[in-house]
Amino acid sequence: LLREELKRYMTNPHLCESDRTIYIGHKEPPPGAEAYIPQRYPDNRIVSSKYTFWNFIPKNLFEQFRRIANFYFLVIFLVQLIIDTPTSPVTSGLPLFFVITVTAIKQGYEDWLRHKADCSINECPVDVVQQGKVVRTQSHKLRVGDVVMVREDETFPCDLIFLSSSRHDGTCYVTTASLDGESSHKTYYAVPDTMAFTTEQEVDSLHATIECEQPQPDLYKFVGRINIYKDREEPVARPLGAENLLLRGATLKNTQHIYGTVAIYTGMETKMALNYQSKSQKRSAVEKSMNAFLIVYLCILISKAVINTVLKYAWQWSPDRDEPWYNHRTEIERQRHVVIRAFTDFLAFMVLFNYIIPVSMYVTVEMQKFLGSYFIAWDEEMFDEELGEGAQVNTSDLNEELGQVEYVFTDKTGTLTENNMEFIECCVDAKYILTCHNFRQEHEDLFFRALCLCHTVQVKEEETVDGIKRGIHQGRPTSFYISSSPDEVALVEGMKRLGYTYLRLKDSYMEILNKDDEIERFELLHVLNFDSVRRRMSVIVKSSSGEYLLFCKGADSSIFPRVVSGKVEQVKARVEQNAVEGLRTLCVAYRRLSPSEYEEACHLLTKAKLALQDREQRLAQAYDIIERDFVLLGATAVEDRLQEKAADTIESLHKAGMKVWVLTGDKMETAAATCYASKLFRRSTQILELTKKRTEEQSLHDVLFELSRTVLRQRSISGLSVDCLDFGLIIDGATLSAILKPNQEGSGNYREIFLEICRNCSAVLCCRMAPLQKAQVVKLIKASKEHPITLAIGDGANDVSMILEAHVGIGIMGKEGRQAARNSDYAIPKFKHLKKMLLVHGHYYYIRIAELVQYFFYKNVCFIFPQFLYQFFCGFSQQPLYDTAYLTLYNISFTSLPILLYSLVEQHVTMETLKREPSLYRDIAKNSLLRWPVFLYWTCLGVFDAVVFFFGAYFLFDNTTFTSNGQMFGNWTFGTLVFTVLVFTVTLKLALDTHHWTWINHFVIWGSLLFYVIFSLLWGGIIWPFLNYQRMYYVFMQMLSSGPAWLSIILLITVSLLPDVIKKVLCRAICPTATERAQVRTLTPAQEQT
Amino acid sequence: IAAMMASSYNAKEEDGHHSSGSSHGGAGAVKSKKPDNTAFKQQRLPAWQPILTAGTVLPAFFVIGLIFIPIGIGLYVTSNNIKEFEIDYTGAEVSSPCFNCAKNFSWNSTTSCNCSVPFTLEQPFESNVFMYYGLSNFYQNHRRYVKSRDDSQLNGDRSSLKNPSKECEPYRTSDGLPIAPCGAIANSLFNDTLELYYIHSNGSSTAIPLVKKGIAWWTDKHVKFRNPGGSNNNLTAAFQGTTKPVNWRKPVYELDPSDSDNNGFINEDFIVWMRTAALPTFRKLYRIIQKKPNMTPTLPSGKYLLEVTYNYPVHSFDGRKRMILSTISWMGGKNPFLGIAYITVGSVCFFLGVVLLIIHHKYDNRNNSADIPN
Repeated sequence: LLREELKRYMTNPHLCESDRTIYIGHKEPPPGAEAYIPQRYPDNRIVSSKYTFWNFIPKNLFEQFRRIANFYFLVIFLVQLIIDTPTSPVTSGLPLFFVITVTAIKQGYEDWLRHKADCSINECPVDVVQQGKVVRTQSHKLRVGDVVMVREDETFPCDLIFLSSSRHDGTCYVTTASLDGESSHKTYYAVPDTMAFTTEQEVDSLHATIECEQPQPDLYKFVGRINIYKDREEPVARPLGAENLLLRGATLKNTQHIYGTVAIYTGMETKMALNYQSKSQKRSAVEKSMNAFLIVYLCILISKAVINTVLKYAWQWSPDRDEPWYNHRTEIERQRHVVIRAFTDFLAFMVLFNYIIPVSMYVTVEMQKFLGSYFIAWDEEMFDEELGEGAQVNTSDLNEELGQVEYVFTDKTGTLTENNMEFIECCVDAKYILTCHNFRQEHEDLFFRALCLCHTVQVKEEETVDGIKRGIHQGRPTSFYISSSPDEVALVEGMKRLGYTYLRLKDSYMEILNKDDEIERFELLHVLNFDSVRRRMSVIVKSSSGEYLLFCKGADSSIFPRVVSGKVEQVKARVEQNAVEGLRTLCVAYRRLSPSEYEEACHLLTKAKLALQDREQRLAQAYDIIERDFVLLGATAVEDRLQEKAADTIESLHKAGMKVWVLTGDKMETAAATCYASKLFRRSTQILELTKKRTEEQSLHDVLFELSRTVLRQRSISGLSVDCLDFGLIIDGATLSAILKPNQEGSGNYREIFLEICRNCSAVLCCRMAPLQKAQVVKLIKASKEHPITLAIGDGANDVSMILEAHVGIGIMGKEGRQAARNSDYAIPKFKHLKKMLLVHGHYYYIRIAELVQYFFYKNVCFIFPQFLYQFFCGFSQQPLYDTAYLTLYNISFTSLPILLYSLVEQHVTMETLKREPSLYRDIAKNSLLRWPVFLYWTCLGVFDAVVFFFGAYFLFDNTTFTSNGQMFGNWTFGTLVFTVLVFTVTLKLALDTHHWTWINHFVIWGSLLFYVIFSLLWGGIIWPFLNYQRMYYVFMQMLSSGPAWLSIILLITVSLLPDVIKKVLCRAICPTATERAQVRTLTPAQEQT
Repeated sequence: IAAMMASSYNAKEEDGHHSSGSSHGGAGAVKSKKPDNTAFKQQRLPAWQPILTAGTVLPAFFVIGLIFIPIGIGLYVTSNNIKEFEIDYTGAEVSSPCFNCAKNFSWNSTTSCNCSVPFTLEQPFESNVFMYYGLSNFYQNHRRYVKSRDDSQLNGDRSSLKNPSKECEPYRTSDGLPIAPCGAIANSLFNDTLELYYIHSNGSSTAIPLVKKGIAWWTDKHVKFRNPGGSNNNLTAAFQGTTKPVNWRKPVYELDPSDSDNNGFINEDFIVWMRTAALPTFRKLYRIIQKKPNMTPTLPSGKYLLEVTYNYPVHSFDGRKRMILSTISWMGGKNPFLGIAYITVGSVCFFLGVVLLIIHHKYDNRNNSADIPN
């Protein structure tokens, strides 16, 4: 028994205490085995929603009041309820209630959408084997230990252990495109003891347990063990590895069905789900500066209240001021302790000035974001006819962030490219062959055979009535090729177009249908597999005539040095030209082997393959010996078609000052070719390589320092020269993790050097990246000292982590799954739509919200500062300057609609200009409209205007009358005069800022002024029942009946607007920004026409 | 008037539904997802796109300058033509005739203290002359004071008469009876009596007739303020069950026994007082001296005597009491501020116009030349 135990642990030494044991089919192991401990696992439900029906109200309220602004307003409201304050609790309670309700409705709606999306996944049908029968159930009902049947082209509903397949060899093909972006087919292997099962009854009879580690996010790592109980024997233990584990999200391909697989990890514990990062609330840079401004205003507010409280007590030191005979306190108040009184006064001042922090700003911002995001979804230019879908907005919180992007991280496959390889051309010797034509040269013949034979493509037969052979004979598309490399498929298909059809591999004979419709048979003797070090592959075949031939195809760099004859120069030139065009090139060569040479090669290979030690190395040596003395045949070019306008988009992004990084799981050569094709790298770009290959030669340290020296030297030179050389960096996953490895001493140093290099590169390509590594890269850049705004765009599930990590995540609605689109903040059909999304929508949203934020602070300074000044003239008694109705409605209705509309429809420059001149995007980079100087300008403008309003009215009222009948006005007329000037100034200020006057703008701006006048007339026109004061009765009308009041209103408005107009005009005249020039340019031709 | 802003009517094509025909062939499901091609949804509404440039703002500045300066001059001249006379009768100084009254003031005294203040008008006052009393350092705009009133009581509401608002504390009840009118404002009603005498050259004096109607807002007198009991003439009965404010000498229904239309809550002196002033130094309209039908000035130049019944103490809070005589123009009393402000702003605008003209010439050329190579 002890030996048995030992053996178990030998089979898998990694197992430890925190493993899970799974009972296949929920069957208990036979007695004598370990005790049956039922473990609890989550069900297979994917949950991305935040709330349930029950916890919505408390959880949402809690989350909302966690926002400092909401909490602040709640406190103000409570203070108003408790103490005697100058304004009634309604003035702050009503807006707060409004804000909370609107936000709750919006969040509830968004969560409901998430619920719906989750539901559609959780309820998709799954086949489960129960009691020897296949039962159809819903995905979320799957439990750990269930045996599942998956059919071809179905997606695995959870992480499964592969038990048996419909294929006899116990393998199945799987594409993990939506997981890691690799669209190639991967082979997985069934557990050897169970691979013979073919029916559900057999599967059901299986009695086994699986022990495996607890869930962890690494997609490529899995260790486990299966114990199979047979009758009364000791259980048989087999090791399980990553090749037995089918991951959720992957799709079964080219295999009819796989029977009897067992669920290991379910629901949120699947590797796919673990690879999602927890959704954290993303906050935009604008929101951050908004909060910073808020804190400044809070400080201003508190200091105002403190100053006034102190002054109040200093002023009323003498009792005759404190309590003159005409104005006594109540007895209760008099008995209150002075400290309590002072504190109450402080709170009362806070309440009086609390409007300086605009509660309605949050509502307006929320509404602007929510409503504004519809313009993205409505945009017809971002609608894709093929897909039948337009852009999608999943979070509206980040609209303006689209205008602030500095780094774009893009996936390659499916994002930049169509993920669709196509054979473009081949050249034999020096001739280019694009289409089928007659050729009878020996080399050409050999070239086409080489391409037909030198590959690892499998033929997948569609079951048709006609049968396999006929199908291919008649050229019907009833069969197709599959391979782990899409290039090979493209090549073989290309050959088919040129007349040479690869039929199949049968009993180690490869059959080719040649141009003359004859079947040629070659015996496949050896395959020298592809590896990324050699970057080539070869086959050794024996032709029907008994000749031994070695065909080799591979990257130009690995073929040319081994070529002894052939038109090397011409082919080389062609290959280089193709590579520049972004095509993926391969060179083809051959070598005739004499029987003795073949014998020798055979011997070498067999010896190497049988070696127990250093097998890899020996094989490599053998390959090296065999693959030499080639005769060059020609080269091929395959294209992974770039998405439409991908290059144009990247160029625009570059011009807009963004740095574009390509993060891909793909191999370096392919990725680099795409980068060239998409103009990410230009011909003039100097490529810096930071790859495993290089770090193996030199130490990482040396490579890094060398590169940084190169970059820095260039920078110091380019300071003088005009056309500076730009750099492109290529880095692979292994090197990146070495750089980021934290445990080395001086690793922070590496990180810094790496960042420094990246900063000086206009484009960076990261290849061989794992999904989480992509997120790491994004995180690294995010955390660098400039804190740039990042955007990640991708289409597959492997991009989800970076989409979630980046400030803005954009999903492409790809062919493979909607994982990315669902987890993104915005989803677009094609990469090209990114241009409009950022350059037009992003730009607009940013300037709109920037104006919105600044304007809100400005108008509230204008609003509250006169009230502050008034305290100096009313004995610091917290007397409000304005009537309660004005206090409440100022932000809610008098001045809210124009700015909301502005923030929805403003277009300072036309859409066409923005698209034509991407560099305008630089004008708003780095949050330029919300920086401190700009904020200070707006605040000063607000203070200036407030001083103008207040003292204008003060001097008008100063100890005189301005009616023609000698009657006097009181304090409410004073306030109303200030307020009228205020409303008009603030609205007209916005009108001056509006560059895009549609009829709606006219309607809203003039309409809201009119509304103010009508409201005031009405409010003062009636003795309002149920109100305990009538202080506004006829105040507004009496004021308007006085000529000087009109004159002073006009004067004060003019004076208030004057500085801003002058500033605008001077700035435009003396140092116009690019945007302002563009405005003038679009204006001038129109003027000339008229 | 020149256009204020440069404008270009951006004649964007009203896309309407031009291209919708092309998508008709597509599947129904696809079509439904396609966004509507309307000008609004595509953000292509036709719009006026003004830009504030030096060239376009220039004319506006000149226009503002040209309009504002004449207005300012007009206002300034009007204000200067207004005659105003002001005399302080607080009695804070020993030399002042009202010094004794101010010094010996006591709330409990039953006899009133009188003093007469002589003054001379250098120039005659034409047309209607308005007589104001002015108070300084009196915080009518103090919050505790402003809110200390009950508007529904003043509007004649019976329940409020008997049960005044809590806001009136501590002037809400007195000896268990509700105060009418309640509150601090009413309680501190200005109760000096001012009379004006013209001293003839022979030493005799004639009283100048002072009109006490038309000093309050019409709407206040006729709508906002109403006596309880409506048109019932018996005010004494209407106010039964209430008591007078603590500082008053007589109840509210005896404010003007001679004129039932000016008694009780609708007493104009009372209404004027109830409109709280905006600033601590203020004046309130007291009486109107009507223009005489013949050509003689309303108040000829010469010596006058102001007879004051000194009831109102201001000494405790360093207050000042004044009597003001003023003529009124269409723009009200004497206030040079508006005229000066208009002239200043007009001149500044004109000056800025000139500056902008220079800048416009200098930089516009530079910008244009810079644009050409592009």
